[in-house]
Amino acid sequence: MESIIHFSPYTGWVYPNETVFEWSVLIAVYPYLTGLVAGAFTVSSLYQVFGFKRLKPVAHMALLTSLSFMIFVPTPLLLHLGHPERAFNSTITPHLTSAMAMFGFFASFYVALLILEGWFAYRPFIVDQAQKRIGLPGKFYGLLTLGSHDVSEHAMHYDRKWIFALAVIGIPAAHGLHGYVGFMYGSLKAREWWSSDLMPVIFLFSAIISGVSLLAVLYVVSCKLRKIPVDLACLKGLAYTIWAFIMVALVLEGLEFANIVYKGREGVDMIMQYVTGPLLIPYFILQFAVGAITPLLWLSYMIWRGTTGRALVVGVTVCACLVLFSVFMMRWNVVIGGQEISKTGKGLLSYHMTFWGKEGALMAILLTMAPLGLLYVLTRLFPPWADDASHGHS
Amino acid sequence: MKKEDTKPTLEARRGFLAKLAGAATCAGAAVGAAGLGVVPAVSAKNEAPPEGASFPAKDYDWTKHQWGFGVDATKCIGCLRCVEACKTENDVPRNAHQFRTWVERYVHLEGEHEVRVDSQQDPVNINASGSEKEFRFANRYKDAKVDKAFFVPKLCNHCTHPACVQVCPTGATYRTEDGVVLIDHDYCIGCRYCVQACPYGARYFDEVRGVSDKCTWCYHRITKGLRPACVEVCPVGARIFGDQKDKQSPISLFIRNNRVQVLRPESGNAPNVFYVGIDKEVN
Repeated sequence: MESIIHFSPYTGWVYPNETVFEWSVLIAVYPYLTGLVAGAFTVSSLYQVFGFKRLKPVAHMALLTSLSFMIFVPTPLLLHLGHPERAFNSTITPHLTSAMAMFGFFASFYVALLILEGWFAYRPFIVDQAQKRIGLPGKFYGLLTLGSHDVSEHAMHYDRKWIFALAVIGIPAAHGLHGYVGFMYGSLKAREWWSSDLMPVIFLFSAIISGVSLLAVLYVVSCKLRKIPVDLACLKGLAYTIWAFIMVALVLEGLEFANIVYKGREGVDMIMQYVTGPLLIPYFILQFAVGAITPLLWLSYMIWRGTTGRALVVGVTVCACLVLFSVFMMRWNVVIGGQEISKTGKGLLSYHMTFWGKEGALMAILLTMAPLGLLYVLTRLFPPWADDASHGHS
Repeated sequence: MKKEDTKPTLEARRGFLAKLAGAATCAGAAVGAAGLGVVPAVSAKNEAPPEGASFPAKDYDWTKHQWGFGVDATKCIGCLRCVEACKTENDVPRNAHQFRTWVERYVHLEGEHEVRVDSQQDPVNINASGSEKEFRFANRYKDAKVDKAFFVPKLCNHCTHPACVQVCPTGATYRTEDGVVLIDHDYCIGCRYCVQACPYGARYFDEVRGVSDKCTWCYHRITKGLRPACVEVCPVGARIFGDQKDKQSPISLFIRNNRVQVLRPESGNAPNVFYVGIDKEVN
């Protein structure tokens, strides 16, 4: 029995049952993946709904990225469950007051929406491929046409109306989905570090910056791989988006922290001891200074100086990587940080991540990278490149 | 709920009775407490449950009861018989990290501002007991000047508005008509959301069975007219249990005759474990 219990070292007074860390790094990976989904979808919507034409080169890739990551969202949860074979109990017989049970429905709805929007967006391409290709690929695309080969202007007009409608519905769906993830933590009153009304909004804005940053990186990498020049206007559009949302994310996080400190409720002493001790580096240095303030200042500088060319590409890519790192740290600091502060308000625990095992660091890295593999496959099947003549709806 | 999950084996019951006998012998205080009427004179501790009884018992009507639990912290001597009895009775993993019930020790030392708190799982106490299977409080303050000290037994509060039940995605954890919060181990998916939601740290995750677990007030016993194991073995009557619908039950008398309080009332959980004699630091 003892061998499978990994108890955590602690200081001060913690409840006996708290000495086993229940939510591992995988539960930090889960909101991270969900956030990337919501953020990537934001970019797609900015183009489809709000007509940000400069984002056209990444609009379709945004959809594919969103879908790839969404498919992997349940995996960290499934690996974490004591009885993964019973996972559907929460969908078949959901407990209506449970935030987690309802999340399953929101997520399913959103996946369906993503697939439908993707299908409409790629329909001309699918029809084209179904007619051109032979053998298995031909059959594959033929199946995906769902029997509809009409690509007349009238049909295209009809499709565009659907894409617009789905994108409009998708905005609250994607953002609601991710705000909801924040609610799953914020609504728990057992932990002062989580129990905040601002939590859903903070999760949402950090999600947006992470998704947009991911797209910026993916776009630059895809251009390098395809040996085509980076569309600087598009990259600038992404940089502006990151800049705007990072501001809001930072202000919200600052406000939340100020709220906890200013209210000074029971347990605040332990929180202060925690943030100035074990959390100093992950929270203030890595999440804020390195991951948020540095890119904000760097992006501001580039916007102010009108940086362009290679310096812009390098600058935005590095900033985007920093933001991606910062948002992961935010998830870590919420999920792991929340559990490191004892519910007693009188003690601190420390989480030790294993490298191997189904809830170890390696698995966390694999699960975060796996959607990129799927995305690669999807881009081969459904090229998202705007410069490609065989591209779908523009 | 599965029968074998909740019904103790004959061996476990024998072990439990052996411990009970030991506790009764060593704790002279029990005699005094019983004499004062704290421990109810009527005890069904030697009655074995009927063979093959259904769970809950066939003739048990949960609409006729409203169970409640009391803790008189002024009586607790920190002997930890309750913790060991609970582990035996309910097959709680024999380690120092998972408990259905535990006892906290609060010590104010002279000249110190902050209270010192520990429980049986503290490494110093485990060293004193020499094993993670048996528990005792180390005499760690014998050379210090103690201003004030007391023990507080803890367990699931079986709240009227339980946060754990609210968050459970499958409804595997639920509140019964008679006021007990239970877990259906055949339906729990092992997400541990309930463990996170409980403000009292009353739940743990059973790695072997892949499900959450916690105190049931020994539901398999109370539905047969027995008392929870921890109440049964307490040598000083610090743990009080009974039916709140019965105005003469030990718990009704305890609530009526004392100024009782609950833990973390601000949580809105409305606990059903009532405390007497705890200090401001206890939460």
